[in-house]
Amino acid sequence: MFDLYLFLILLALGFAIGTWAEKRHYRSIRRREAEYADVLLIASKLPTPDLQIEESHLVGGNTVISVDYFKRFVAGLRNLVGGRMTTYESLVDRARREAILRLKQEARQLGADMVFNIKLETASISQSANNGVGSIEVYAYGTAVRTRRGR
Amino acid sequence: MLTSNLEIIPGQRIVRHLGLVQGSTVRAKHVGKDLLAGVKNIFGGELRAYTELLQESREEALKRMIEQAEAVGANAVINIRFSTSSITMGAAELFAYGTAVVVEERG
Repeated sequence: MFDLYLFLILLALGFAIGTWAEKRHYRSIRRREAEYADVLLIASKLPTPDLQIEESHLVGGNTVISVDYFKRFVAGLRNLVGGRMTTYESLVDRARREAILRLKQEARQLGADMVFNIKLETASISQSANNGVGSIEVYAYGTAVRTRRGR
Repeated sequence: MLTSNLEIIPGQRIVRHLGLVQGSTVRAKHVGKDLLAGVKNIFGGELRAYTELLQESREEALKRMIEQAEAVGANAVINIRFSTSSITMGAAELFAYGTAVVVEERG
C-alpha cells in the first residue's frame, strides 16, 4: 500500500513540477532565441567565397536534460500501444534548442556573426537499467566566423 | 592553434597535410552527483552536473588532440568531429578527431 502511495506522490510531483519547469524553460528558450537571432547558423559545409572572413573558431554548446517521473510513466504506457511519444518529443526539442543557444552564446562572445557547418550530436544517458532512457545529452558544434560585413 | 570543423580555415591556404590527430577521454560519474541526478529524474529538467562534466571532458579530448597536432608540427586542425560512446553504465568516452595541417595566410 505504501508503494502505491509513493508512486502516486511521485507521479503528482513529477507532473506538477515537471510541467512548471518545462514551461519556464520554453519561455527562457524563446526569449534567448529572440536575443541571439542575429547570429546566423548555416548548415552548409563551406562559407560562400564572397564572404570576407577575418577570423574563425570552433564553438560548441551542450546540455543534459532529463524527463520527469510523470512523463516517463506516460511514455511507458505509450510503449504498449505504439504511436507518437509527445512527452519525449518535447525533451529532445528542448535539449537541441538549448544546446544551439549555448553555441550561439559562445559565438557571440567571440564576436562572431555567423556559424558554419553546424553538427548536432545526441546521446542518451541511461540512469539505471530498469528506467531505460532517462536523460539525453545534445552537443551542437560548428565553426564561428567573424565577417568584415558584420563589423 | 586554429581549429575548425570546416574543410578549410577561412582566409588561410593549406600548405601541407599532416594526417589524422585524435584525443579521447573516458569519464565516470560522481556518486554524489549521481544521487542528485536521481532526484532530478523525478522532477525533470537540466542535469547541470552532467552538462559540466561532459563539457569538461570534451575540452580535455580537444586539448589532447591539439597537443598531438602540435607534436607533429601543425598550426591548425581542420574537419574536427566529436563522438560520444558509452563504455559501461556510468562511464562515457568522449572522442575528438581531425586533420592536422600547416596553413599560411593568403597573400
